Amino acid sequence: MALLEIENLVVEFQTASGPFRAVDGVSLKVHEREVLAIVGESGSGKSVSMLATMGLLPWTAKVTADKMTFNGRDLLGLSTADRRKIVGKDIAMIFQEPVASLNPCFTVGFQIEEVLRVHMNLDKAQRRARAIELFKQVGLPDPAERLRHFPHQMSGGQCQRVMIAIAIACNPKLLIADEPTTALDVTIQKQILDLLVKLQQEHGMGLIMITHNMGVVAETADRVVVQYKGRKMEEADVLSLFESPKNNYTKALLAALPDNATGDRLPTISELFVDDRAPDAMAAINNPPLEAPL
Amino acid sequence: MSKLVLEGRDIKRDYHIPGGMFSPAKTVHAVKGVSFKVDQGKTLAIVGESGCGKSTLARIITLIDPATSGDLLIEGNKVDIGKGGLTPEMRRKVQIVFQNPYGSLNPRQKIGHVLGEPLLINTDTPADERRDRAMKMLKKVGLEEKHYNRYPHMFSGGQRQRIAIARALMLNPSLLVLDEPVSALDLSVQAQVLNLLADLQDEFQLTYVFISHDLSVVRYIADDVMVMYFGEAVEYGTRDEVFSDPQHSYTKTLFAATPRADVESIRARLARKKAA
Repeated sequence: MALLEIENLVVEFQTASGPFRAVDGVSLKVHEREVLAIVGESGSGKSVSMLATMGLLPWTAKVTADKMTFNGRDLLGLSTADRRKIVGKDIAMIFQEPVASLNPCFTVGFQIEEVLRVHMNLDKAQRRARAIELFKQVGLPDPAERLRHFPHQMSGGQCQRVMIAIAIACNPKLLIADEPTTALDVTIQKQILDLLVKLQQEHGMGLIMITHNMGVVAETADRVVVQYKGRKMEEADVLSLFESPKNNYTKALLAALPDNATGDRLPTISELFVDDRAPDAMAAINNPPLEAPL
Repeated sequence: MSKLVLEGRDIKRDYHIPGGMFSPAKTVHAVKGVSFKVDQGKTLAIVGESGCGKSTLARIITLIDPATSGDLLIEGNKVDIGKGGLTPEMRRKVQIVFQNPYGSLNPRQKIGHVLGEPLLINTDTPADERRDRAMKMLKKVGLEEKHYNRYPHMFSGGQRQRIAIARALMLNPSLLVLDEPVSALDLSVQAQVLNLLADLQDEFQLTYVFISHDLSVVRYIADDVMVMYFGEAVEYGTRDEVFSDPQHSYTKTLFAATPRADVESIRARLARKKAA
């Protein structure tokens, strides 16, 4: 059985100019011990679909799906209180900007112990011991001393490690990493990716990696979902995606990599890929025809 | 015979941090003696991790910060902003494009004004000519005339970076410093901006100093590569020299850390995973 199963997910936002459909009929599955990468450019709805899964979208978003289950439990019909028991414990998320997603007013020790206090039945000393153990696990030097530090006293890579430690604090079954390395240097990126994959294998987690970096996909993923403008363009295992991409958009995406450049110019996506999908429900919703005023 | 546009001789930059009541004064050596030369129409890429001094060097080259010691020559003329005596003509020769196009444009300034302002400040160009030249520049960087009266928030990241490039080119500089111009952009938009930079270089015979930590972009755009590590240039050579035969251990680490997106390395990784 798949760990996370989503079928035909649709997310619409209510805006001043009518509803905007950010995710349009995306289906995906993540199994235990699997790394799934979701690739797409900004605005492709890759983050929104995962935020919808976590229930973190604002009230202006309307989320519908034929099926959305985690470990056999339906996520859509869940009450807020029940959802809170799962999110942060069994499903955890690492956000894009490590420095911005930590609270600047509290020490990192307080922030990691907060997760343990809410979700785990531990007393104060046990929480502290667990926090030190987690910091050790993510490779922060001098973990006991680190607990007293504030986010601004650490570098971006260290903050990202703290974020990862918080995310894995309750041994989640599924970890969602939203562009975990975009803000970081290549050398730090390598360390963080290695750490994520190592933790994923040790704990047998499912891992969803949201990224726009094809290099990150090639280094980590087992299976890849390519998204474009809210829709799934292609799903394949990582080797066949890079070896023989089926979809024209995927081909264009791979051709635009500077690594693969052959001539003087980089092929751009707009040159190679024409969005030739029939003007459908999505276009009609996102660009509504002008109506006569009431 | 190509013209030497930019030359740096043993450039150093120290920052003094004054001591407080309990802490002694400190000196940070941000750039520790770096030398380089760039010919007209060529691109020098400066690579390194954050904190290695590459942005400090960019500020020195752009004449924003003075160097503590060493000589900076632009088109053969020695410049030292610490001593003053810098003519507006000199300043006009070097322009910079910043990393984050969301932060480097004034949200309350229309695009037309963004492009006209360098002319307004530095030259006596009349208003109608400023407008004409801004219009021309808009088209040159792949935007349209109708964008003249719009505000920055109406543009996407790639378009904003085009605007920042257009603004830098308004004064016909000979040297353009690009501080991580594509690292905030998506892959698809990144390709467009890199192509634009290549086209502009051909058209205006521009010289680029390209600062980046993305080696795949550097390999694509650079003629010469300088790798910086803790304020020192640990590796400096032509692109092919550096990429085919890196000498310093840091350069090798950097290459090893760059994710590889070819089929062979994916195969190797999957095989390793199966074995584990």
